[in-house]
Amino acid sequence: MKLNERARGLGVGISLFALVILVFFVSLFMGRYAIEPATVITILLSAVNDALPFSLVDIPQTWPDVMNTVILRIRLPRICAAMLVGAGLAVSGASFQGLFRNPLVSPSILGVAAGAGFGAALGILLSDSTVAVQFLAFVFGIISVTATYMLSRVYKTTTTTLVLVLSGIIVGAFFTALISLAKYVADPDEELPAIVFWLMGSLADVSTGDLFWVATTIIAGSIVLLLIRWRINILAMGEDEAKSLGVNTRMMTGVIIVSATFITAAAVCIAGLVGWVGLVVPHIARMLVGPDYKKILPVSIMIGAAYLLAVDDIARTLTTAEIPLGILTAIIGAPVFAYLLRFRKVGWE
Amino acid sequence: MILEVSDAAFSYDGERMIFEDISLTIGKNECLCILGPNGTGKSTLIKCLVGLMPLLHGSILLNGHEIGELSRADIAKQIAYVPQGHQVVFPFPVQEYVLMGRSPHISLFSSPGEEDRKIAEDAIDTVGITHLAKRPVSEISGGELQLVLIARALAQQPEVMILDEPTSHLDFGNQVRVLRLIEKLAHEGIAIIMSSHFPDHSFIIPQRVAIMKDCRFIAVGDADMVITPANLQRAYGIDVTVTHVEEVGRLICVPSACRQEK
Repeated sequence: MKLNERARGLGVGISLFALVILVFFVSLFMGRYAIEPATVITILLSAVNDALPFSLVDIPQTWPDVMNTVILRIRLPRICAAMLVGAGLAVSGASFQGLFRNPLVSPSILGVAAGAGFGAALGILLSDSTVAVQFLAFVFGIISVTATYMLSRVYKTTTTTLVLVLSGIIVGAFFTALISLAKYVADPDEELPAIVFWLMGSLADVSTGDLFWVATTIIAGSIVLLLIRWRINILAMGEDEAKSLGVNTRMMTGVIIVSATFITAAAVCIAGLVGWVGLVVPHIARMLVGPDYKKILPVSIMIGAAYLLAVDDIARTLTTAEIPLGILTAIIGAPVFAYLLRFRKVGWE
Repeated sequence: MILEVSDAAFSYDGERMIFEDISLTIGKNECLCILGPNGTGKSTLIKCLVGLMPLLHGSILLNGHEIGELSRADIAKQIAYVPQGHQVVFPFPVQEYVLMGRSPHISLFSSPGEEDRKIAEDAIDTVGITHLAKRPVSEISGGELQLVLIARALAQQPEVMILDEPTSHLDFGNQVRVLRLIEKLAHEGIAIIMSSHFPDHSFIIPQRVAIMKDCRFIAVGDADMVITPANLQRAYGIDVTVTHVEEVGRLICVPSACRQEK
């Protein structure tokens, strides 16, 4: 029986990993500029070969340079960004659901999305530079969660997590109002549409340069969460019980909030507001592997990566114009989730 | 002495005392039951004993160390806490749930290994819920959940187990079963502190009794010395009969209330 369970977990893990790889390659093949799959693979191999300090094989370039640009400069960074953002939102959402003992929690519960949205709007009002917009989105995401945390420390109660959620709602409402203010004062021809489209989310402007530090942040945060993932189970028992089981709850809460916030802020600052992924992917993970966070976190990462990548493929290829990512995640995700709910085993009470 | 409490007092706001002048000691194989009416601060006292809340003054020594100076993990290796109830959010299977009792013995970045699983399994066997091991905690009864919580506490391999009203919310039969289990654990060397609403239970298993009223202990000692009509009248404000029943072979304690005829 125990062996069966392990085999099942391993089976789920391997299938999901294969799925991620599959979606990755399919995404590389897809796009308006048609390139043969064989050529795509050769271009990739050649790039890997060039990156190595010694040359393994000699791959003569038989394709035009523009294909190099399309694959390595446009599709690859965007694909990596989609996977990182999807995985990051899913892993932080899953961690927050455990921490707050509530399966309806999303990564933005502490106000990071509202803060980042305002930061981006401010960036658009103040400058034309994408870097400034990203930077302000990231910084304001962090600022808003810091504000939430400080606010929650003002109230002296024993139910810390509840007060955190309440503080998150307060800070979120404040920054949402500031976003509206930014829209109100924005120039309606240029800035206002920019703000609106940013808030809908998109990966169209991702470049290799942004990717490096976003990837570093998301991967580092995810590693921390993965390392402590068994302990999230104990936090999910409730604060008093976790304490009585020897867990330093204040430290653990801090570590989870900081990791998840940095991950989400990094994801939001390149992708805009992409909802639904952080809320629903952990549920699908729970349906597959049960309530144990030791399994939920890695499974969420893989599902999140595959899901957002697939959605982003649709966003960039379905019509000649880009469809905002935040719209599609819900339009596709909501019916899929509703369908999955039919199979009852939701994994929470 | 494993646990030594002297002159303990607690208050939320520094003005209204929840309890004060509390002193008690407990050692290996001992079982102490705290009785008292609703709202006398039994649960708060228990939370302080587990180190969940700091005392206003006084001291709690755990094997000679002040509890407030120990880390959470150090406390949890020595004291296990069985809460009054548990709100189930995520439906872990019973065996995974009990396994969480190993948490204080596992380093921050690890998860339980084979040995921890073995210890959790043993705890499940000791408590007698082997047949529930695979069931999700959301699908078992309140009485079974109480046993699961005790098994989890047992998996901590503690020296002291502190149980908050372990017999409340249980049916007639399960109350006695849980008491027998507590007796067995005390016999195996674990020091037990529990709170209860049933004075009669203290005649079923051997235990010392402390009666709490208006924030302090009004009587402490062996059950037959402390559970007297006078003490219970003072604690609960009702008349109580304590009498020996031949067929049962022990003292029993019942309210001296009759059916009121019109």
